[in-house]
Amino acid sequence: MTSDQPPRVELVGISKAFAGVPALDRVDFTLHPGEVHALLGENGAGKSTLIKIMTGALAADAGEMRLDGRAVAVGSTAEARALGISTVYQEVNLVPTLSVARNVTLGREPRRFGLISWRAAREKARARLKRLSLEIDVERALGSFPVAVQQLVAIARALEEDSRVLVLDEPTASLDAQETRLLFRILRDLKAQGMAVVFISHFLDQVYEISDRISVLRNGRLVGSAATAALPQRELITLMLGRELERVEQRAAAAPKAAGAPVLAAEKLGRRRWIEPFDLVLRAGEAIGLAGLLGSGRTETAKLIFGAVRADSGRLTLDGAPLGHASPRRALRRGIAFCPEDRKAEGLVLDLSVRENILLALQTKRGWLRPLPRDEQRRLAEAMIEALGIATSDAEKPVGQLSGGNQQKVVLARALASKPRVLVLDEPTRGIDVGAHAEIVALVRRLCAEGLALLVASSELDEIVAVSDRVAVLRDRRIVGEIAGAEITRETIIELIAGG
Amino acid sequence: MSVNQTIEVAPAPRTLGTRLRGLAGHRAVWPLLALALILAVNGLVSPGFFSIRVVEGRFFGSTIDILYRAMPTAMVALGMAVVIGSKGIDLSVGAIIAICGATIAWRIHAGDPHVVVLLWALGAGLLCGLWNGALVALLGIQPIVATLVLMVSGRGIGLMINLIYGGTNPSFESPFLQSLSVGHVGLIPTRLLLGAASFAALWLLLRRTALGLFIEAVGGNARAADLAGIGSRLVTYSAYLISGLTAGWAGVILTADTHISDPVSQGLYIELDAILAVVIGGGSLAGGRIHLGMTVIGTLIIQALATLILTSGVPPEYNLVVKAVVVLAVLLLQSDDARAALTRRNRARGSLGGGSPGGGSPGGGSPKGGRRR
Amino acid sequence: MRVRYLPLLATMTVFAALFVTGGVFYKHFFTTLVLGHILADNAFIIIAAIGTTFVILSGGIDLSIGSMIGFVGVVMANLDAAGWHPLASAALMLAFGLAYGAFQGFVIDFCKVQPFIITLAGLFLLRGACFMVNIDSVPLRHPFVDAFADLYIPFPTGGFLTSSAMVMLAALAAAVVIAHFTRFGAKVYAIGGDPASAELMGVPARRTIVSVYALGGFYSALGGVIYALYTSSGYPLAGTGNELSAIAAVVLGGTLLSGGVGLVAGTLFGGMILGLISTLINFNGSLNSAWIMISGGALLFVFIVIQKLLVSSFGLGRAS
Repeated sequence: MTSDQPPRVELVGISKAFAGVPALDRVDFTLHPGEVHALLGENGAGKSTLIKIMTGALAADAGEMRLDGRAVAVGSTAEARALGISTVYQEVNLVPTLSVARNVTLGREPRRFGLISWRAAREKARARLKRLSLEIDVERALGSFPVAVQQLVAIARALEEDSRVLVLDEPTASLDAQETRLLFRILRDLKAQGMAVVFISHFLDQVYEISDRISVLRNGRLVGSAATAALPQRELITLMLGRELERVEQRAAAAPKAAGAPVLAAEKLGRRRWIEPFDLVLRAGEAIGLAGLLGSGRTETAKLIFGAVRADSGRLTLDGAPLGHASPRRALRRGIAFCPEDRKAEGLVLDLSVRENILLALQTKRGWLRPLPRDEQRRLAEAMIEALGIATSDAEKPVGQLSGGNQQKVVLARALASKPRVLVLDEPTRGIDVGAHAEIVALVRRLCAEGLALLVASSELDEIVAVSDRVAVLRDRRIVGEIAGAEITRETIIELIAGG
Repeated sequence: MSVNQTIEVAPAPRTLGTRLRGLAGHRAVWPLLALALILAVNGLVSPGFFSIRVVEGRFFGSTIDILYRAMPTAMVALGMAVVIGSKGIDLSVGAIIAICGATIAWRIHAGDPHVVVLLWALGAGLLCGLWNGALVALLGIQPIVATLVLMVSGRGIGLMINLIYGGTNPSFESPFLQSLSVGHVGLIPTRLLLGAASFAALWLLLRRTALGLFIEAVGGNARAADLAGIGSRLVTYSAYLISGLTAGWAGVILTADTHISDPVSQGLYIELDAILAVVIGGGSLAGGRIHLGMTVIGTLIIQALATLILTSGVPPEYNLVVKAVVVLAVLLLQSDDARAALTRRNRARGSLGGGSPGGGSPGGGSPKGGRRR
Repeated sequence: MRVRYLPLLATMTVFAALFVTGGVFYKHFFTTLVLGHILADNAFIIIAAIGTTFVILSGGIDLSIGSMIGFVGVVMANLDAAGWHPLASAALMLAFGLAYGAFQGFVIDFCKVQPFIITLAGLFLLRGACFMVNIDSVPLRHPFVDAFADLYIPFPTGGFLTSSAMVMLAALAAAVVIAHFTRFGAKVYAIGGDPASAELMGVPARRTIVSVYALGGFYSALGGVIYALYTSSGYPLAGTGNELSAIAAVVLGGTLLSGGVGLVAGTLFGGMILGLISTLINFNGSLNSAWIMISGGALLFVFIVIQKLLVSSFGLGRAS
């Protein structure tokens, strides 16, 4: 890029931990004027934390930030704004109940004689939006517009006249192709004016279309940074998917097992704007991996199979009989269990004890009138704690006090306690340390050997390779290929993801 | 939400037996100490406080009196504890008491057998719970607003029922109902026996079925509960039914005591006392836990405090102020957030020293964490 | 027509419909005299409700209003007996309301406890303080009180605009300016609509919350001052239950209890509807206060359901 002037932003050795759990570990990041710098990584890789530090929403534990070569301390979002750093966060961070004009001008409303002039505010908002070729009724509530428009309004708000750095966190997640083209045109204009842009996206095509440079984060560390032109897509995917599990032994028998009887079958199952209709058969004693990049539809597929979300096309059959409309309760009663990706939001009731959390699914299966006797509860909890090696002082400890890996095991224990025939695991090893990781992988393989039908969605390619008998590869919310047995290697999966 | 709770907390020194139930054990200590302290001061102020005599064939004494007076509020508070456990709140319990009182007077004047009248009254409470539950669980209206509707109109409904047969504040005579409220079985006041029985029944309903666990799961994390197959709507609904029923029960006791239906002032502000009892007993308004026993302790603290104020010669007018100060103190002591805010401030200050970019941001550690509600 | 004006329009329609209904059924109802009386009788509650509107717009709630009205009256009456001029004691009480509200706001933001429970404690505290000052009704004897009561602007058709109504309208005008034409007002709407986003957009949460409750305290104290002057007495039970009326007035006025949406002017009509209902019921001798409560609750229910529908069909509330 431009080497004659100092970088616009330079982050050196940034570290940040949340309550002792490291989110960023000595990360360096350099952003030049007139450059679109793509920041890539899976969920939890640390992208959001990094940009929050850059924009003053979070304070780093260690490290330094330089702006145009000068060391700066950004203590708040307001200070970042004053330095010319504008941010559009991932979920549209505007107030949906306020009008568009108010959202664009909040805190900076033009005033006359000390009072806000809404006429001037509307003009200001219209002018801002016009820069983005958007002409809408600025007096309508923001929440009444489609998300794509809200996204553009957020950019309009962020783009001050004096902005020098623009940070866009997943700006295209909710835009269609045409809207994305519009956004890119705007970005190229801004680039030409010398704006430095940080672009976070999981759409690789878009990254290659718009960015000049790519940096990849994984598990809080910078694993690579290169000019976009010098980084083939295959290499990028390899960087993103990582090699955490190199020491975990590869599957013992590469030869495909004699598959058991089909248990759960999806036929043309799909949901609009969620996942394209797909066919998938789960057999007893077989583990199926769902591989793909972030946003490719892994979680969506898993949730549809479990019935956490209702499909709008196709059907699910259990032992050949249609399952009817899906709900978690029905699925559990029929012997399908699910471990969600987001432990805190969807998995655990943090205030309840380990015992109670483990008990929950089994108890639902029995119904509220047939409580599990206290002794059996204790026995079950202790059995699970021992079987899964959950590190807790006792079963009565609130689950919120356990470490991430142990929480994950509690979620797993809950699913197993309901004695399922089909188990759907979404990111079973997200955010846990290497030791627990290997344990869980071993456990999954053992379960499978015992005749459980397994579906494992994971962003860790090695994990998929290690546990799966068959792998369904997803790309752009579609299953693009299925491989089995000896075909299951990192290379073949990457090939499929890269669109081979 | 509570990012800081997920840390691997250093194992607490567990020299004191493992049967101490972690947090619950901690929670119980302070309210019990407070109750003991208030009772002790009571004993100092009025010498005969702890003596229990037998007068006219029944127990008599200040401690009995506290239990006796606390019983209706305790009933309401137990139902409230269940609703709060489901992450809700029920403001309409006072109004439900008024409606029950009016129903009793009405049915007695209509000539129903008095056992049937009792069923009518409890049915009225249940019906109110049905209404509240419908608004919260089916229409998805936030609990404060949903129960405000009945709170505003309930006493009017009570007056209307009275008007059906012409009275404004009709009185009635019902030996059966009065025996439930002010009578005594052997030496013990009947209402204490009934209170104990109701407590036991509620405890069995919550703890000897899975309902209590389900309500706590929904109150703690409704989305996780739904994914675990618990139908969160139905479970939420059940909490309001329970609250309606316990409020109805309290209405029976209160109305039979005064043997008059007085919808305007019967059970006035009882919703506030009930909420306070739950909070003082260590229940979090954020939901997720039901402490039945501690809720009763909370009620007793409030009542013992009122008795203390009465007997110590302080004008009864001070009762409210004392109550308010107690609540504020308890909230400050209990507030994890207040403590977290303090530690967070210290931590932010600490990181400044390292020459790191940015000091303590005013947004704190979690700019995306929901603040209120 | 903007969607956000729909609730206000609904409120005004209900008000007009009730007023016309009254005129059809009762002689002498459809007059400015009746209107003037409704304004005068409800001025204090509408003033308090205006303050509550800000609190509710910010996503909070204030239950201490009724107690504040009672407390202000009692203190003013006692200061009157001690020889203070009512204006001086009023100024003192307004300052007290401001400080007390700010205190509540600070505790709410600092402890991160629901505003409901803190202001509930506030309710107890102030009501108890009323009793501590004195238990009986104390008259305000200063000549200014009578002079204030006698002050009015006559309407053409026999009605009048009393001094308390004038104060109310002035307070409303000030509130409209604060809510709609200052940056503070804009911040209140933002923080009520989505606190997390508002903070990311640079709204200082604590300062805004503390200011909102301070404003609420100020307005309820002003309501108390007007009530004391209007009734020319201080009574420790005055204002009991007024917090509910105030909240009902706000909701009837089209403000969403979830915060972030609503118009201050709507509260005027919400309060007037409540006043009109009780006037209507008083005109009909056979009806009684039961109807006031039931119709209040029924209206509240209808408005909550309407709001629910508006939110879902017009995207008035938050998108999720």
